[in-house]
Amino acid sequence: MPPFTIVAGQAAPLLQANMDTDVIIRIERLTAPDQTRLGDYAFEMLRFLPDGSENGTFVLNQPRFREAPILLAGANFGCGSSREGAVTALAGRGIKVVIAPSFGDIFHANCFQNGLLPIRLDTATIAALAAEVEVCDMPMTVDLSEQTITTPCGRTIAFDIERRRREALLLGLDDIGQTLRLREAIGAWQAADRIKRPWIWKGALGPSD
Amino acid sequence: MAKTLLDKIWDDHVVADLGDGWDLMHVDRHLLHDLSGALAFDEMAARGLPVASPELCFATVDHAISTMPGRTARTFERGARLYDRMKAGVTKAGIRLFDAGTGGQGIVHVMAPELGLVLPGMVLICADSHTCTNGGLGALAFGVGTLECVHALATQTLRLQRPGTMRVTLEGQLARGVSPKDVILHVIARLGVAAGVGKAVEFDGPAVATMEMEGRLTICNLAVELGARSGLIAPDDVTFAYLAGRPFAPTGEAFDRAVVQWRGLASDADAHFDRSVSIDVGQVQPTITWGTSPEQAIGVNEPVPDPASGIDARARADMCAALDYMGLEPGRPLAGRKVDRVFIGSCANSRLSDLREAAAIVRGRRKATNVAAWVVPGSVAVKSAAEAEGLDRVFREAGFEWREPGCSMCVAANGELVAPGERCVSTSNRNFVGRQGPGARTHLASPAMAAAAAIAGAIADVRTI
Ligand code: SF4
Repeated sequence: MPPFTIVAGQAAPLLQANMDTDVIIRIERLTAPDQTRLGDYAFEMLRFLPDGSENGTFVLNQPRFREAPILLAGANFGCGSSREGAVTALAGRGIKVVIAPSFGDIFHANCFQNGLLPIRLDTATIAALAAEVEVCDMPMTVDLSEQTITTPCGRTIAFDIERRRREALLLGLDDIGQTLRLREAIGAWQAADRIKRPWIWKGALGPSD
Repeated sequence: MAKTLLDKIWDDHVVADLGDGWDLMHVDRHLLHDLSGALAFDEMAARGLPVASPELCFATVDHAISTMPGRTARTFERGARLYDRMKAGVTKAGIRLFDAGTGGQGIVHVMAPELGLVLPGMVLICADSHTCTNGGLGALAFGVGTLECVHALATQTLRLQRPGTMRVTLEGQLARGVSPKDVILHVIARLGVAAGVGKAVEFDGPAVATMEMEGRLTICNLAVELGARSGLIAPDDVTFAYLAGRPFAPTGEAFDRAVVQWRGLASDADAHFDRSVSIDVGQVQPTITWGTSPEQAIGVNEPVPDPASGIDARARADMCAALDYMGLEPGRPLAGRKVDRVFIGSCANSRLSDLREAAAIVRGRRKATNVAAWVVPGSVAVKSAAEAEGLDRVFREAGFEWREPGCSMCVAANGELVAPGERCVSTSNRNFVGRQGPGARTHLASPAMAAAAAIAGAIADVRTI
């Protein structure tokens, strides 16, 4: 995973609550042979009208926000399905930061696995950011190492993030590599568990169907 | 210190304390399916990683397999590609696959409890958000993303932070014509779809204590629609009776020893929950969703709410968008609204008790001519058991299609979808925009309500059929 640095650019307001992962990426796109172009299909049900033409009123179709790397979102963003394609589709569109009052739990975890930064801010602060996007023309800047956002009108606000999550993003750390170093502890735990709960371990040797 | 069910399972599974509130947790069961399995094995191969504990992993095929009578895993072409990649992965790793055409196949959250693969006190994961279903057996079960799935395949562990705790106590008893599905839709409507974010939700109370296992699985299935990654119900005699004799459950003396451990899992009487709510389910009506979020649910005879009642401008705009998508006006009940499709299936409601509940309404009647009605059993075992009771004939004689097990129209990943603008009463768990196909209008309801809609040709109060 490439390390996360400073992100600066437009922040697109998409404040509808409960924006679910089915809307972020349709299931058909996840069964298609080519999974490298998911970004083309992010929010497709909102970006396009039933006749296939672009919906000009949708925020990410507006010239100013087409390339926006930051999304200002509503509560419970990314609720629903566990599909990691929702995160890769956003990343494929160039979105690097999503700011919302709350996130679906699995989506939130998936973001960190893919180098996308989810920031929790309260609804009023996000509404104020969205209002600034309308009146000030400067880009928004998100600085992860400083944990600050510089708003389009030039204010600086702080955000919280867990120390470990922050470090992993800044350094581009790989969870699996780190856990594999704990192989011995895992083996010891499993050996003890085979005695304590033998029924868990029938496993592949269990009855045939 | 007094502990909750969650705490007890959690503490039992910590392999290492990683600091800052993070634990390395052992995964006792890792369930895989065609959709996520293919992606996970591709990633494992790309990283050159072997599977650490294949004996704790089990796979089936459900999401992208056709449910057409006479289907194989290759009938739906896109699904065939995913199936091949998943099958190659499990074969190479030595993971047990409950394959299409064999007895154990089914929707992952239906076949796993049925086989006894899910046992109380386990930590169980699957790259699917409805993994929470399995919490009905007293396991800590939750959905993960693809890369977490890869982490678990490679190490049989996950790096996790303990979630918060929430207790939902269901008081009273269900009225006639009201099922666990109505109860959980009512709970979600009351508490909202974000009530459980960051929490594991434990359901308890008199209505849970007297509920059969399949109903408990339905309740926990929709915990994720409350925003919770896990739903939990403490194991009790109902649980143990359900598990006895299941193929992968322990037997004889080992079973008795296990039960002793399992009995100790229930939350201590004085355990602390971050939030506790109590809901009287005696008043719950047959419930159905009107909008595009599971919280947008009402009693079948209640009027569709007016957006003017929204608490703020944002809520009013969201309600207007939902009404517009669903082609509804506020102020009138849903009963009487014509429907085009009825789907009885999905991991929420495709078990034997669900099919019995629907068949009881259908028996001796015909579906309305304007409705296409499908029954998709959740697993091969459910299908065979239903056929042994003659339920397939009840449905067929009423003009329903009787199909092969899989996710089907719940998520439309296998090409089986609701056409744009069509109205569908569905026993599944998500009514999101486009969930059952682009432009599809989904009303979530119980199996009995879905059956009633098929007979009436319109949304109907099952108690009047
Ligand atoms: S039936 Fe629906 S909700 Fe359940 S696992 Fe399949 S797609 Fe997911």
